[in-house]
Amino acid sequence: MNGTVDTNKEVQKKNSLAWDTWKRLLKNKGAMFGLVFMVGLVLMAIFADFLYDYDTQVIAQNIQDRLIHPCMAHPFGTDEFGRDLLARIVHGSRMSLVVSFTSVAISLAVGGVLGAISGYFGGMIDDIIMRITDILLAIPMTLFAIVIVAALGPNTQNLALALAASSIPIFARLVRGSVITVRDVEYVEAARAIGANHFTIITKHILPNCMAPIIVQVTLRIATAIYNTAALSFLGMGVQAPAPEWGGLLAAGRSLIRDHSYLSVIPGLAIMLTVLALNLLGDGLRDALDPRLK
Amino acid sequence: MSKVLLEVEGLKKYFPTKKGILHAVDDVSFTIEEGKTLGVVGESGCGKSTTGRAILRLLEPTAGRVTFDGVDVAGLNAEELRKMRTKMQIIFQDPFSSLNPRMTVSQAIEEPIRLHGIITDKKEREERVMELMETVGLAPRLYHAYPHELDGGRRQRIGIARALAVNPKFIVCDEPVSALDVSIQAQILNLMEDLQDNLGLTYMFITHDLSVVHHFSDDIAVMYLGKLIEKAPADELFANPTHPYTEALLSAIPIPSLHNRRERIIMKGEITSPINPPKACRFANRCPYATERCFHVEPELKEIRPGHFVSCLLRDH
Repeated sequence: MNGTVDTNKEVQKKNSLAWDTWKRLLKNKGAMFGLVFMVGLVLMAIFADFLYDYDTQVIAQNIQDRLIHPCMAHPFGTDEFGRDLLARIVHGSRMSLVVSFTSVAISLAVGGVLGAISGYFGGMIDDIIMRITDILLAIPMTLFAIVIVAALGPNTQNLALALAASSIPIFARLVRGSVITVRDVEYVEAARAIGANHFTIITKHILPNCMAPIIVQVTLRIATAIYNTAALSFLGMGVQAPAPEWGGLLAAGRSLIRDHSYLSVIPGLAIMLTVLALNLLGDGLRDALDPRLK
Repeated sequence: MSKVLLEVEGLKKYFPTKKGILHAVDDVSFTIEEGKTLGVVGESGCGKSTTGRAILRLLEPTAGRVTFDGVDVAGLNAEELRKMRTKMQIIFQDPFSSLNPRMTVSQAIEEPIRLHGIITDKKEREERVMELMETVGLAPRLYHAYPHELDGGRRQRIGIARALAVNPKFIVCDEPVSALDVSIQAQILNLMEDLQDNLGLTYMFITHDLSVVHHFSDDIAVMYLGKLIEKAPADELFANPTHPYTEALLSAIPIPSLHNRRERIIMKGEITSPINPPKACRFANRCPYATERCFHVEPELKEIRPGHFVSCLLRDH
C-alpha cells in the first residue's frame, strides 16, 4: 500500500487482475524467457511466408545444394534434396503449433467440462464419467492416437483430433481432482448460502481457485502434443512428406545421422526448446495468477 | 408478544457413517420471534452448527419442518430456495476460510446483490456496496483489497456485509466471533447488536461462549448430543438452570473475583456416542443425579414454567 497520501476516505486505485498478473509475471525470469520464446515462435509461424517462400524454398528440390553443412548461406544446412533446413524448420513450426494448440484446446474444453461436472456433482454421474476415462486411460496414448489416425486417414485435422482424444481423460481426471479439493471449503458453502447457482459456483468460486494445476497441465500437454505430433510424423502417421514438420524432419535426418547429425539435432533442439519454454511459462503463470503471492 | 418468524419442528439430521447412523440433530423444536435473538449453546459436536445449516437447507434435513414467515422451507424447490436466501442468511465462524481468496472486498459484497438482481445498474450497485461497507465499518480504501490483506475482524465485517447485502430478516450466526481475538470480538458483537436494532434483524446465535450468550440473547437453547435439552429466556436460564447439564455448564463460567470462588461441577464420564444412540437420556452416564430410569427412558421437552422448557426425567413432576 502506497503510504503517504493514503487516507481512509480514498478508494485505492484498482488494478485489474490481468495487470497484476502481468506485473508478477515480469519478475519471473524463466517465465519471461518462455513468453518471449513462444511469442517469437508464434510470430515466426504467422509470418513464415514472408521469410521463406513455401513452393520454391521449402518443398522444391535443389539437388546441386544437397547435404551442405551449416554455413553462411544455409545457417542450418540443407537436407538430402538440397532444401534449406532453416526454411523447413520455420514452416514446420506452423504445423507443430497449430496441431498442438488446437488439440489441447479441444481436450481442455471437453475434459474440463466433464471433470468439473464429475467432481462437483459426485455420485452416479461421477462414477459413470470416471469409469469411461479409466477405460480411455488404460489405452496407451500414442497407440490410441495412431489407431485414430489410421482409421480416419493421416491429415492435420485427424491428427489434432487424435491427440485431443488422447488428452481428454487426463484433463477430466485433473480437473475433477482439483474441483474436489475446493468443493467442500467454506466459501463454496457461503456462495450457496447467498443463493448462487451451480454454474456460478463452479465458474466463479471453484475453478478460479484450482487453476494452478490446470494451467501447468495445459502447458505440459501442449509440449506433449508437440512431441506427439513429432512422434506420429516420425512414424509416418502425421504430416505427410514433403510438407515440413519438426518430428518429420527429425525422422528424415535419422538415416544420415552419422555424417549429417545437424539434420536431426536441430529439429530436436527446436522441439526441446519449445517444450522447455512452455513449461517455464506455465510455472510462471501459475504463480502470477495467485493474488496471495505478491 | 411479537409474531413468530421461525418455527422449527422435529428437525432431524442424520449422517450415515461406516459404524452406523450418526444422529447429529435429533428431534429439535423451537421458535424464534421476530426481532429477537435465540442463543444456541453446547459443546463441540453437539449439533449446533448442523441445526443452523439444516434450517437454511445448506444441509438437507433428514426429517422435520422449518417454517419461516409462514413458508415451509423444506418444501421449496431449488429456485424458490434461491429466492428464500434473500430472507435468511448466515454469518460463518471462520472468516479466513469463508471468503473466496480471489474476490476483492467489493466483489464479495456485490455478488449477492448481482445474483439476486436486487440492483441492476452498475453505478448504483457500487454505491450500495460502499454504503454496506460503511454500515459494517469497513474503510472505503479497502474497496479493492483482497481478503488475505485483512485481519480477522475486517474479514468478518465482509462476511456480515455480504449477509446484509440481500436485506435479510433472519441471520444464522454460526460462532461469528470465536475465531477472532478477544479485543475484536466485542467490536463485532456490538456491530451485530447495532444492526439488529437498526434493521430489525432476527438472529440465531450459535456459540459455545456462555458469557457472550447471556449478554446477547433474548432466549437461550442448550443442546447436548443433538438434543435440545433446555430452553428459556436468558435471565431465567441463568437464574434457574434446571437441567443438570445446564447447571454444570453455567458453573463453568469464570467469575473475575478472588474471593467469590464458585463451586464448579466437574462432569465425569465419556460423552455417549452420537452413532446409534440408545433410547435413554443421552446425558445419563455423566449426570450426577442419574437414576435407573434415566438409562431406559428417553425424556421429552416439557414446559416447567412459562417459556422455560427442559428435557429431564428428574424434573418431570
